Amino acid sequence: MLRYIGRRLLEAIPVMLVIITGTFFMQRFVPGGPFTAEKAVTPEVERNLEAYYHLNDPLWKQYVDYLWDLTPKRFHPLALTQGFDLKEAFGIDFRPSFKYPNRTVNEIIADKLPVSLELGLLSLGVALAIGLPLGILAAVKRNSWIDYICSSVAMTGICVPTFVLGPILVLVFAIHLGWFNASGWYGPIDRVLPSLTLGSVYAAYIARLTRGGFLEVLHQDYIRTARAKGASEARVIFRHALRGGLLPVVSFLGPAVAGILTGSFVIETIFQIPGLGREFVNSAFNRDYTLILGTVILYAGFIIALNLVVDVVQVWMNPKLKFE
Amino acid sequence: MMSRPCRFRAAVLAAAIGGALLGSGCRRAPAAAAAPVRQVLRFGNSAEPQDLDPQNIQGITELNIVLALFDSLVEMDPHDLHPVPGQAESWEISPDGLTYTFHLRPNLRWSNGEPLTADDFIQSYRRILTPSFAAEYAYLIYYYVQGAKEYYEGTLADFSRVGFHAPDARTLVVSLKQPTPFLLKIIACHYVWDAVPVKTIARFGPVGQKGSHWTRAGNLVGSGPFLLTEWIPNQRIVVARNPYYWDAGQVKLDGIEFYPIDDQNVEERMFRTGQLDLTFDFLPNKLDTYRRDHPDELRIDPWLGIYYYNLNVTQPPFNDPRVRRAFALAIDREALVKDVMRGGQVPAYAASYPGTSGYVPRARLAGGVAEARRLLAEAGFPGGRGLPPIELLYNTNVAYNRAMAEAIQAMWRQNLGAAVTLTTQEWKVYLDSMQTGHYQIARAGWIADYADPHVFLEIYGTGNGNNYTRWSNPEYDRLLDRALHAPDEAARYEIYQQMDAILVRECPVIPLFYYTKTYAISPKVQGWWPTLLDEHPYKYVYLKN
Repeated sequence: MLRYIGRRLLEAIPVMLVIITGTFFMQRFVPGGPFTAEKAVTPEVERNLEAYYHLNDPLWKQYVDYLWDLTPKRFHPLALTQGFDLKEAFGIDFRPSFKYPNRTVNEIIADKLPVSLELGLLSLGVALAIGLPLGILAAVKRNSWIDYICSSVAMTGICVPTFVLGPILVLVFAIHLGWFNASGWYGPIDRVLPSLTLGSVYAAYIARLTRGGFLEVLHQDYIRTARAKGASEARVIFRHALRGGLLPVVSFLGPAVAGILTGSFVIETIFQIPGLGREFVNSAFNRDYTLILGTVILYAGFIIALNLVVDVVQVWMNPKLKFE
Repeated sequence: MMSRPCRFRAAVLAAAIGGALLGSGCRRAPAAAAAPVRQVLRFGNSAEPQDLDPQNIQGITELNIVLALFDSLVEMDPHDLHPVPGQAESWEISPDGLTYTFHLRPNLRWSNGEPLTADDFIQSYRRILTPSFAAEYAYLIYYYVQGAKEYYEGTLADFSRVGFHAPDARTLVVSLKQPTPFLLKIIACHYVWDAVPVKTIARFGPVGQKGSHWTRAGNLVGSGPFLLTEWIPNQRIVVARNPYYWDAGQVKLDGIEFYPIDDQNVEERMFRTGQLDLTFDFLPNKLDTYRRDHPDELRIDPWLGIYYYNLNVTQPPFNDPRVRRAFALAIDREALVKDVMRGGQVPAYAASYPGTSGYVPRARLAGGVAEARRLLAEAGFPGGRGLPPIELLYNTNVAYNRAMAEAIQAMWRQNLGAAVTLTTQEWKVYLDSMQTGHYQIARAGWIADYADPHVFLEIYGTGNGNNYTRWSNPEYDRLLDRALHAPDEAARYEIYQQMDAILVRECPVIPLFYYTKTYAISPKVQGWWPTLLDEHPYKYVYLKN
């Protein structure tokens, strides 16, 4: 298994390189730059700005310099616990942001990632707490009115976008009932509405996948065997069917968790949450070259790592699979 | 807290979400009756500021905060923004208009208690003009001050030869390269002329480096009525009274909280729940509701800016002034303002804003559709026949751009027989197209940095970086220069009248409407007068019980 993980990690290096190279050059070929503004920058100012940010160097040199800044130069993973600074821990320097010159991209990630992680984990908790029971219940009581209700709730959750659900929750619980702030991220109570909104969408997917996975497993011979041996319904479901039934959910959760952890632009905008999702999207609009690259690299790293985790977990859960 | 019947009703409504969506009378938790109002203004401020270094920022968002943290030589009158004494208690202007001598107040201090002297101004101007610092707004100094442009371009190394001198700690002398009759207005309205605490900045790294940590909460030293106490990126910025401000007795608020909210829907919801006293902007689709139900919370102020279309005069058919004028005349501006914009905007028939520091342009686009048709026929396109394909470019990030473009497209088709197609581009792509001349007609807007008619007229000068039309007129350029040397304001304004007349005749741009600033404001906010630049000196603002 360790060899498998090692090989996958080595494979990740060229993948990351392709992503970095693609992003680096694509953003440079898009019209407009970080200093393009409605009021034109005078030629003298533009010259000085380009010199300040080394944008007047040949593009290949800028690329090589950037790659060098990204290359890990030390290994102190414990430093991550003190403020999540990738420069302190590994010597990875994402450079200062163009849009926010007094913050480095490392700092922005260190500030915003924990917020997105918190929101992501809470939403994931909501999603699992709602999605799993709904899905299992629907599968066990399939084609009954319980199944229809569970499936309808799940379908509605998938169909109602967060930018509709979020404002409705705010309208009811913040404006009419006055229980919560309309938006903001100040106290624990401000976590409730965003987590519910983001979690409910994932809950819907999880419910549907769980139902599908369980239905397939419940038809398997080994379940029939378990029932024939007189196992109780609860034992059949939780002892025998659960592991196999959750496989589709697990493979869905890999990329979903990557997405949920790196922040959601819509939720962060609706609730004014200082997370990474908004930085990710706005950096592209601002042509904030360093912030675009920093967030893309982080996101790519998450997806690669979580896909690996999912593959490992699947082998562990499914006896039919093997590492190779 | 919410009253009991109100909460009961709300609970019933929650039980039926559909019912709740239709709206209930229980709108906002009323404040506890007897407690005095906390003198803290909560201000929706659109976006996260780039920085709080007055020499390293550009936007309105940043301006709103910096206005609280830094004072200027000359301050703005809170009603009409005319220059009034600020850090300088008085000043003299030499008869030739080239030398300004400012006399600083004796009790000026930075917010850390250190004295603020004329040398602080000199060091600040040296910093903003340092070439390697690459300050984007430096041109508001180097256009006017002797030797400043040479220093900024690196051809002059000796800063003592730039037109700033401090004969003593309380006197600052500024020498200009040409008369600049609106200089005091720039200083009053624009942070670029503010002094920054260079000694403090030096403690956080090289003075001429962007983004050092001196602007963080706890580090920032300012000179304004307030000082920075908290800055959580994308959450809020909090300022509190500065005891060292020279006019601290006048300051009524205990503090201001700035919230960077970039979504108007969110802002309006926060206003409704009482999280904000003041919004940055306002949703056009809620205007009617507020006008009907809460007129006391809705404000529509005039705003010194114009919405217009640029015409690329280097390409046919708009290389012909008759075609340009025909397109400008064939638009029903009253209908645009009344039916499309609906926010109290004023139709624009000239390029200058009427009433900028007392200047009202006499020139006016007149003649209507009949004249437009005649001009188009005279140019060789009777009834629009023979016109080449025409494209109108606008940016996507402002919702009403599209509605405006569609309405105008229909007017041109109906009134001129001209078929115009619409193209939309993302903000920076659109700016790039416009700045590199890859367009025929492009939507544009101009918001003034300071309140003087010069600000609208200078952009059409030959070679001005903001003249995306590429229109050039020697007579116009001559007048622009002559205006600076006019003996007095009346004479200067008379020259501007001639310039506006040329613009109306030649039509390099099609003026459409003058902006308004629309926002929601709690009735308890006092001292927030409508000003043309939407700048509100905070020391006069307070909250009513």
